[in-house]
Amino acid sequence: MSDKVYMVPNPPTPNKAVDFNPDICIGCNLCVDVCPTDVMMPNPEKKKPPIVVYPEECWYCGGCVEECPRPGAITMVHPTQQRISVNWKNKDTGEYYRLGMNNPPPPDTRPPSG
Amino acid sequence: MSTWHDFVQRKGAVPEWPYPVNYGKVNEIVTDVLVIGGGVAGCRAAISAARKGVKVAIAERGHAKRSGAGGAGVDHWHGACTNPCSRVTPEMYTRACYDSMQGYTGGHVRYIITKEGWDTLLECEQMGVQIRDVNDEFKGADFRDDETKLMFAYDYANKHIIRVWGYDIKVRVYEEAKRLGVNIYNRMMTTSLLTEGGKQGTRVVGATAVDARTGEFYVFKSKATIIATGGAARLFLFAPEVTASGTMADLNSAGVGQAIGWNAGAEFVCMEMSGPGHLTGHGYAPYSMANASNTYHGTTIVDADGKELPWVDVFGRELKTLQERFLPSEGQVFQLGIGIGISRTDQEFRLNDIPMDLPERIRRGEYKLPLYADMTRMPELERRSIFGMMVGNEGKTRIPIYETMTKAGFNPDKDLFQAPVMPLEGYFNACYWAGGPNTPPSVRGLGGGGFLLDWNLRTNLEGLYAAAGSTIYGGGCHGESHTTGRYAGRHAADYAKTAPQPVVDAKQVEAEKNLAYAPVRQSKEGNGWKEINAAIARIMRDYCGRHKNELTLNLGLRLLKELKETELATAYASNPHELGRLLECHALISVGELAIKSSLERKASSEIMDFYRLDYPEMDPPEWQKLLPIRQEDGQVKIRELPLDFHLKPPYASTYEENYQLQSGV
Repeated sequence: MSDKVYMVPNPPTPNKAVDFNPDICIGCNLCVDVCPTDVMMPNPEKKKPPIVVYPEECWYCGGCVEECPRPGAITMVHPTQQRISVNWKNKDTGEYYRLGMNNPPPPDTRPPSG
Repeated sequence: MSTWHDFVQRKGAVPEWPYPVNYGKVNEIVTDVLVIGGGVAGCRAAISAARKGVKVAIAERGHAKRSGAGGAGVDHWHGACTNPCSRVTPEMYTRACYDSMQGYTGGHVRYIITKEGWDTLLECEQMGVQIRDVNDEFKGADFRDDETKLMFAYDYANKHIIRVWGYDIKVRVYEEAKRLGVNIYNRMMTTSLLTEGGKQGTRVVGATAVDARTGEFYVFKSKATIIATGGAARLFLFAPEVTASGTMADLNSAGVGQAIGWNAGAEFVCMEMSGPGHLTGHGYAPYSMANASNTYHGTTIVDADGKELPWVDVFGRELKTLQERFLPSEGQVFQLGIGIGISRTDQEFRLNDIPMDLPERIRRGEYKLPLYADMTRMPELERRSIFGMMVGNEGKTRIPIYETMTKAGFNPDKDLFQAPVMPLEGYFNACYWAGGPNTPPSVRGLGGGGFLLDWNLRTNLEGLYAAAGSTIYGGGCHGESHTTGRYAGRHAADYAKTAPQPVVDAKQVEAEKNLAYAPVRQSKEGNGWKEINAAIARIMRDYCGRHKNELTLNLGLRLLKELKETELATAYASNPHELGRLLECHALISVGELAIKSSLERKASSEIMDFYRLDYPEMDPPEWQKLLPIRQEDGQVKIRELPLDFHLKPPYASTYEENYQLQSGV
């Protein structure tokens, strides 16, 4: 028995802009408050992560991530056309990498200056 | 369950609008100074006015904490000419900009910016922004002054451009505004300026706005008003699905300030000035790809085989060392940075660069694509200052670039960072992430024109001041927006202290209210806002594009008017968010009309303005080297003439410094 299938328009492009981790997010909606273009709206269910309604209006400023009081609750998700563009390779081994790849290398942890 | 699509398919129901909607409810706000636009310029204007002891309100389109083109950070502060290490005076810098633009830039605004830019930055430091290398991370670097701990960018000899840790600059400025008691109204879609008697050309006494979450109407009554709304990004191009992540201004950028000013009778200049679409978003996310410009100025670029690209000075002489990239060459006094609001820089002030014949050299096989930034070949401090300090503080870099890439394993100590692969002509300009050839040639961008201001940064309308980079004639970028905001704020406050009470015209308010709510009263069959915006951009690309004549310009006006009276008049907004976006379309049409009408008045072509009249092909004839201030009065267009150096002619004094002493209020 398959899930119900609905008549919905195409998902907007880009699809999500941000991703929520429901195990960390407490639904405080500070990200919703600070977004300059109102990309997200509060979830009708309290304490649940916000709903991304206008992902194509997202400017990728990162303000929502910076505002969030719980690290890991919200992650910026670049559009796929951007993720496949940001490429680099290791100078010594010549191995190729890109944002969003399967089996990414271990994260670097160096914080920014300041 | 992050997205709307996810939600509705799991719940089988469409969620209701989460904010209480109350179309038609009127809120009246009385204030001494109203700032329209809560970006860095608007917030600095509000701070400056509040410090003068007057009551201040900000009407911000998004949320003032992180809004505006400057809301996501900054890494460079340009024109800090009076900093203790600087060898460039405000006059030198102003003349360099003015001469580079052949007189087509507001020299007086530039002088104010360079006189007060450093002081404006010092105030940021007081608000908690780090502007010095206080942690000694870069001790020993040749771009760092050990005594002041200031770090410099671009031109290490003349030290007039400061590197700043500005990732949270907007937050600091916002908090200071709140601390001073500024009343910030967020989600305000401003729809008009209110004028004495409801007429064009009279004193500005307030504004109307719609709340883009609740749909409520706001009537602001103010003694003085400051417009600081930025540029008009959605005018020639509308394709957010493709471009939103790549632009330098968010979707709220719709020329609202210019539109409401134009409709109220404010005077503008150089709105006929435009350029090829730049940073339209067709390239790549800002700073996300290897390049050698701006934040990455001086970066070592290698080809696919690791062969290093040369750097040359402005005379084409190859540089021998990396250090030379950051120094003016013999024959130059100082170098201007990139991104200061001028479209052309005279050779004597240009930066060192990768050779401009790189496209040809790639074609010949001298260098092989793809290119890479090889920061491992750079001294550690230089490398870290680029990736870690500037990428990490510049707008849209801390999370989108630094954090995202670092978490994905990128390390500039070990990795080669790839530059975009694009048609060869794209490599002419070292800002590779801007992706030049990706932008369709029909896409233009307004550039350089804006409100015509006097030495008080006041418009021709009593009570109306303006600030911010893309809003005013003579504006620059981030630091310049702070500085002009701060200056305009104190002048507006001084005026407000003795100005008569604002009296708004009830008929004007009622008319604006009807216009504001028209979209929610239409049939649900009406167009949505995106189709309208795309149509506006189509008209502008076609009829206000690179090549113009009287017939095509007038066709453009006709089509904008028809669109406004037909498809836009019946367009439907199903919620307050869509209503705000649709009202922005009205603003875009006004800005389009202003640009086309300005174009009609200039009956000569101009190379510096990138302005081509097929019916008046003569390029920059001497009798047309002037400004053509344009405004509306009783619905009619009024034109006059001003010399390019009007700001140094009567009624003003003849030198920059004299005018500054007389007018700055310091």
